[in-house]
Amino acid sequence: MDFASSDEGRTRPHPTEITSAKIVVAGGFGVGKTTLVGAVSEIEPLTTEAVMTVAGAGIDDASKVPEKGSTTVAMDFGRITMADDLILYLFGTPGQTRFWFMWDELIRGAVGAAVLVDTRRLTDAFAPLDYFENRHLPYLVAVNCFDGAPRYESEEVREALAIPARVPLIMCDARHRDSVKAVLIGVVEHAMATLVTEHEHATPVG
Amino acid sequence: MTQPHDPRGNLVRPYAVTRGRTEPSRDIPIEAVLLASPAAVQESRFAGHDKYRIAVLCEPKALSLAELAAHTRLPLGVTRVLVADMVADGLLQLHSAAPKTGFTERMDLLGRVLGGLRKL
Repeated sequence: MDFASSDEGRTRPHPTEITSAKIVVAGGFGVGKTTLVGAVSEIEPLTTEAVMTVAGAGIDDASKVPEKGSTTVAMDFGRITMADDLILYLFGTPGQTRFWFMWDELIRGAVGAAVLVDTRRLTDAFAPLDYFENRHLPYLVAVNCFDGAPRYESEEVREALAIPARVPLIMCDARHRDSVKAVLIGVVEHAMATLVTEHEHATPVG
Repeated sequence: MTQPHDPRGNLVRPYAVTRGRTEPSRDIPIEAVLLASPAAVQESRFAGHDKYRIAVLCEPKALSLAELAAHTRLPLGVTRVLVADMVADGLLQLHSAAPKTGFTERMDLLGRVLGGLRKL
């Protein structure tokens, strides 16, 4: 009954392996990314900052960066503890789409992404949508229905933004927990469907 | 004493706490969680203020690299260097981020995340 391997005075149970997953919430500045994260996060959304070094300037358009050499990029994120051994993080992308290098780090290993769209500023969605169209990550489009914003049918938004038919599009209210839940469920379901399709294509039919 | 016109100002100062190193000894995903080893708080007491704070933060609860950066108010890259050192020194246990390969493994994880979201 003795813990022979323990050489400490007291024993402490080893925690099980904890897996963490993340979903990325992308979109233009002020589109409601942090509001969306806050609607379901168990913690007040936190902010982490990354210092963009000279090495990152090659990717960025340095002429648009006021302080040549380095700049700081802020990302908001939230957390949902699903079980003792499973945590989901929600990361909002930096609002300024010129920080692509940070987006690349954020989407690495992500389950999927939601691109949040404001119908009052549809053109702000072009850069994020282009970005995901060229990355291997399942994503959907969530139209944040702001009070007083013009209401469009899903198909109108899809057409205006040239969103491919295979990309799901849903209407949401980033302030409401149930609505945000539906967005996140949509992301995971789409990721599962994409994975199954890829698997079927990769498996020889016999 | 500030040097507002030094173009390297924001670049250099954050990395002073890592003694100038900007590359972590291992890559740690932003969402990977860390838990302090049993003696971490005691042992990091003389490892520097920031490492000690990280050990204290990870003692009661597993926290991600992103949370550690936010709570310590250190830039992400700096936090990553410090945390990687602490993992190498056995002060922190690094837990795994979501599997990137294997159909079954990825489907299992997606299924668990989906179940967790539906229970919210």
